[in-house]
Amino acid sequence: MSSIPAPAGEVAGKSDDRLDPPGFEMTIDQADLAAQRAEIDRSCRWPVLFFYGSATAWLLVGTVLALIASIKLHSPTFLGNISWLTFGRVRPAHLDVVAFGWASMVGLGTLLWLMCRLCRVPLRYPAMVVLAGVLWNVAVTAGTIAVLAGQGTSIEWIEFPMYCTFMLFISFALIGLWAMLTFGTRKEGHVYVSQWYLFAAVFWFPWVYASVQMLVVIAPVKGVPQESIHWWFGHNVLGVFFTPMGLATIYYLIPKVIGRPIYSYYLSILGFWSLALFYNWAGAHHMVGGPLPAWLVTVSAVASIMMFIPVITTAINHHMTTYKSFGALQYSPTLRFVVFGAMMYTLVSFQGSLMSVRIFNEPFHFTHHTIAHAHIGLYGFYTMVMFGAMYYIVPRLTGREWASARLIRVHFWAASIGIFAMFVTLTIGGVIQGFELNQASEPFNKLVGQHGLLDGTIKFFEGFKRQNGAVSFIDVVRDTIPWLWIRSGTGILLFIGHLAFGWLVWLNLSGRGKKRTGPTLFRTDPKGYAIATGR
Amino acid sequence: MNYGPLLFLGAFLTFASAWLGLVFFPAHQLKDLQPVTVEASAETHPRAYSGEELQGRAVYISEGCVYCHSQQSRGGMYLADEQRGWGRRSMPRDYIYDNPVLLGTMRTGPDLVNIGARQPSADWHLKHLYNPQKMVPGSIMAPFGFLFEMRKIEGEPSPDALRFDAGWTADDGAPAAGYEVVPTQRAKALVAYLKSLDHTYELPAANGAGQ
Repeated sequence: MSSIPAPAGEVAGKSDDRLDPPGFEMTIDQADLAAQRAEIDRSCRWPVLFFYGSATAWLLVGTVLALIASIKLHSPTFLGNISWLTFGRVRPAHLDVVAFGWASMVGLGTLLWLMCRLCRVPLRYPAMVVLAGVLWNVAVTAGTIAVLAGQGTSIEWIEFPMYCTFMLFISFALIGLWAMLTFGTRKEGHVYVSQWYLFAAVFWFPWVYASVQMLVVIAPVKGVPQESIHWWFGHNVLGVFFTPMGLATIYYLIPKVIGRPIYSYYLSILGFWSLALFYNWAGAHHMVGGPLPAWLVTVSAVASIMMFIPVITTAINHHMTTYKSFGALQYSPTLRFVVFGAMMYTLVSFQGSLMSVRIFNEPFHFTHHTIAHAHIGLYGFYTMVMFGAMYYIVPRLTGREWASARLIRVHFWAASIGIFAMFVTLTIGGVIQGFELNQASEPFNKLVGQHGLLDGTIKFFEGFKRQNGAVSFIDVVRDTIPWLWIRSGTGILLFIGHLAFGWLVWLNLSGRGKKRTGPTLFRTDPKGYAIATGR
Repeated sequence: MNYGPLLFLGAFLTFASAWLGLVFFPAHQLKDLQPVTVEASAETHPRAYSGEELQGRAVYISEGCVYCHSQQSRGGMYLADEQRGWGRRSMPRDYIYDNPVLLGTMRTGPDLVNIGARQPSADWHLKHLYNPQKMVPGSIMAPFGFLFEMRKIEGEPSPDALRFDAGWTADDGAPAAGYEVVPTQRAKALVAYLKSLDHTYELPAANGAGQ
């Protein structure tokens, strides 16, 4: 749909497939390029659609689990006596389903297609790729059932029992092997920045995953270093797996849709290497004040602050590229999702760096503020970018357009408003919770009751001083409950968006979309905007 | 331009450095921690878990308690944890028998690193697990009724049966006449584990662990 002129093989012959600045350009016959793209898309069809279809199903499962968990937080007796659905099992099941079911599978599907496109080779060994996908699905299914049955490990992000993680590892190794083979036989000499990120993700993820499995689950080290290793993984699964896949997708799709190269190629290189250098070190900031050596936490806090370098360079690159074609957001669904994701990446990264500093971390760690951060990262940034990628890629694989621009619009607004409202709600709730846990003089509720919302809020912040009389723990709980209710509302909004998305994907995959003549845009393009011609 | 080898080498070196720093060194630095014996009282701390406590720990893991309860009292500038009565700052040595270590990242509920010292009553814990909202009005803790069995009294009442006072109604889960609520072995083990969570003893500061 969206964006760039058209699918390979149609009018696309006119477009220039090169993403790089003029210095790298070679003269290639455009018609030949279009034929190449068509061949690549044909070869990717089944493997990529298998990953995408599975991911979409997992997204819906994950959303239902999320809603159950969210409602339980303010209404604990809801489904209270069903052991399989107790909060402590549903919540990790939700995390694992969205992380390993949705986020990983949609990311790997995109990775497969991007690797082929950027290496300019058709997808080879499709059986190996599909086998990896099947194994991955089996592992996530078995793992989720195990967690709901009470066999989870209670180690965040790696709750699945060992037999599931082993399957995931084998499956990922197959994808990694495939990526190496594809990279080795590439016809394109130049390595575009997206590929740097993809290559790094494929190379780093098995390393973190194997390390945490070996040293925390299979042959655990003694005592608290387990948590250091655990959070090195917990942070890196985002930092060196999801983030690089998301950034690679942004770096590919924004220039493709608006038909202009990225703002600065050299900034993108600086962004990549500074991310590689600093993100890996950031994990231990999850344990500020905890029972671990102080040097460890300090090193991680420093690395987290240094993350401003890759984040700012990446932000300049993404936003300056978009800036000149901002009007294209009116038309292209892909661009709208991807640019929203890029903006959220900047936001979540700034927030994340600040959260590692002790003065912020001490009050706000252990609160819903952290949950807000996690969701604006994995959803606001990563998931939105992947929605954009699917809107772009799926029609090129099925040859069918999206059935309804209106449903895409419903999806976009439900998802973007939903996630941003969730972020704001949980941030406010978390800040109140954090201040009260650290002894604001009077509970927030009581002040608001006495003085009204605005004055009460001001008084609350004025009253926050160290070591005043404590707010009892149950008062802290009571003051978070209204925010948890609103959060469930925002979750329902996300669920509506996902239903629209799931329905669109179902229609497209089952061959009921419109036969492709051109992309489904939000509106027809009266000005002949850049995206319609591809330049 | 072929960046393949450069990319590989760079990705390897950046990652290996962080692996050494955050994975290898902490494990190496703290690998020799042992329990210590306090001379005055001749007590050794921390102590290893009993069999039933370990069973209870498995229930704690199985039911995902860690997603709402941390097990670490933090030091630092705010000192709020200690003032809430959650105990002195936790040290690496406190966790040498914990596997996996369950520090936790969320305080939807209170910290539990010293819950055994703060609330030593098994009766309270059992009733609280059975109906948290009844025991702590306003609580949002998940109820764990499925760790208990409501059954008809046949012959002698079970000595384990929960004893409810007159404030409990049928809606709260109090049994009808002729019935009793009996904790399962899992509930009893979980409570044994909770009662064992007591790190109020004094420890010498572990090398490098202070802030």
